[in-house]
Amino acid sequence: MSLSVDISHALGDFRLDVRFEAPDGVTVLFGRSGSGKTSVVNAVAGLLTPDQGRIEVAGRVLFDHSQRISVPVHRRRMGYVFQEGRLFPHLTVRQNLLYARRVTGRKSQEGLARVVDLLGLGALLDRQPGALSGGEAQRVAIGRALLADPVMLLMDEPLAALDGARKAEILPYLERLRTEAGVPILYVSHNVSEVARLATQVVVLEEGRVLQAGPAGRLLADPGMVRVMGVRDAGAVIEARVLRHSDDGVTDLQFSGGVLCLPEVEATVGSELRVRILAQDVMLAVERPRGISALNILPVQVLALRRGDGPGVIVQLRAGNDTLLARITRRSADTLNLQPGKACFAVLKSVAVAQTDIGLGLHT
Amino acid sequence: MEFLGPEEWQAVALSLKVAFWATLTSLPFGLGVAMLLARGRFPGRHLLNGLVHLPLILPPVVTGYLLLMTFGRRGPAGAVLEQWFGIVLAFRWTGAALAAAIMAFPLMVRAMRLAIEAVDPKLEQAAATLGASRGRVFLTVTLPLILPGVIAGAVLAFAKAMGEFGATITFVSNIPGQTRTVPSAIYAFLQVPGGEDAAVRLVVVSVAIAMLALLLSEWLARRVARKIAGR
Repeated sequence: MSLSVDISHALGDFRLDVRFEAPDGVTVLFGRSGSGKTSVVNAVAGLLTPDQGRIEVAGRVLFDHSQRISVPVHRRRMGYVFQEGRLFPHLTVRQNLLYARRVTGRKSQEGLARVVDLLGLGALLDRQPGALSGGEAQRVAIGRALLADPVMLLMDEPLAALDGARKAEILPYLERLRTEAGVPILYVSHNVSEVARLATQVVVLEEGRVLQAGPAGRLLADPGMVRVMGVRDAGAVIEARVLRHSDDGVTDLQFSGGVLCLPEVEATVGSELRVRILAQDVMLAVERPRGISALNILPVQVLALRRGDGPGVIVQLRAGNDTLLARITRRSADTLNLQPGKACFAVLKSVAVAQTDIGLGLHT
Repeated sequence: MEFLGPEEWQAVALSLKVAFWATLTSLPFGLGVAMLLARGRFPGRHLLNGLVHLPLILPPVVTGYLLLMTFGRRGPAGAVLEQWFGIVLAFRWTGAALAAAIMAFPLMVRAMRLAIEAVDPKLEQAAATLGASRGRVFLTVTLPLILPGVIAGAVLAFAKAMGEFGATITFVSNIPGQTRTVPSAIYAFLQVPGGEDAAVRLVVVSVAIAMLALLLSEWLARRVARKIAGR
């Protein structure tokens, strides 16, 4: 286990009681604002000292209340990327990036050149932080944290202050970080789309407690999590490989449940992708529909149905080794007589899948 | 210097010396107290704040008298200083420097405190996560950001020290060449017939130095704002 957290802390009326373990990769702390995500990250960084508990990262005890251990912030080697960047305004981008080296004298394994290349910072090096856009500043902040040679990266909603276009600009960098930098990441987010793109592991927080924790694929495909994710954002992720690009602009992807046709995916043939399919975009049919514009008609099997308080039902489906979610009305579920075990067809419009829901696969 | 007579020049030179040393020696204390007041959370913070500002509110004569009581040769601090270190402050230029420093202290601390409060502690947290110890954080983040404010505070204190009169004359009297600073000299010149010309010349010098200091500190204050905004 690369990270083990078991802490409790009282902040006024709010009580934090969090316990989870996470392997290497990207662990997303997911929850609404006020659920205690930032407090957990601050405790790991040492910016908050919990009342009780223990924190261990990569076999090193950073905090243990009963043994009176609390490693000071500057000796924890946590690369913290804050929501608002927090670049030093009196230093240039280059000096910001090299700050950790200057104060510790430690040369990071990640060379400046490599980080500059990874995050596309070449043109920014001699600028002052005040002259950067939000997205640029955030990339510099990530680079600065990486160059501190961290044992783990902590990212507290690094994209929350950015608009959609800037988010889309940074997400690919974060995906590259996941696979290339080899540093485990603890990532705070309340955005399901970010979870779907980045997470290998998800810890769901609610009112200061861990509601659920587990691999991202499993949690996102869990009908029980739909309430937490929000019905409009609920959707499973599947891992797929680019099979071919057709002349008409459609890209075929192979996944365990068949072939998925999506409009013009920007990835080379053979690359592994992660695709999020929103539950509300999936239709169900008990017979194979004919004469229909939707390109994707996948044979699936109903695993489970979960009725909510409203008129909707979440249907969990098995497609090959992957799991899909479909959100339909209770009336449809009754009319089609959907039961666990029943074979049917999942229908998905190609254009329903947004480009921002297609990201690099975990194993690339 | 054609403009000033030898006696007047002596007063100006002494004032510059007194103000320089008063500013320089109180600088680290001013910075420390400003840090404590801006960042410290301890009981007695308000008391310290009041104590620092006291010379601003008390009649200067009272401050001078208290200094005489404390640092005079029979005063508790004065006796210790003389016995152990051979330092005598009363009726010496060093005493004038002490009086000037105490009177200027509130202005210095105020300017520095404002600069420190303008620094976002989140930047210092960020520096700590990057491996900087407390001392390093101060030297590499806090100090560069507040430097214009520190200089502005020092300039203000210098100007105030140049003009200090009440506490100085009470504590160290008005001895030519020893404790007769510009204000004391102006006062002395005005007491004798025909001394008005010399007094006016010194007034002009005083106004010029005060104005210069004020402009300098304003300019530095604008720089601190720009620097923290990161432009």
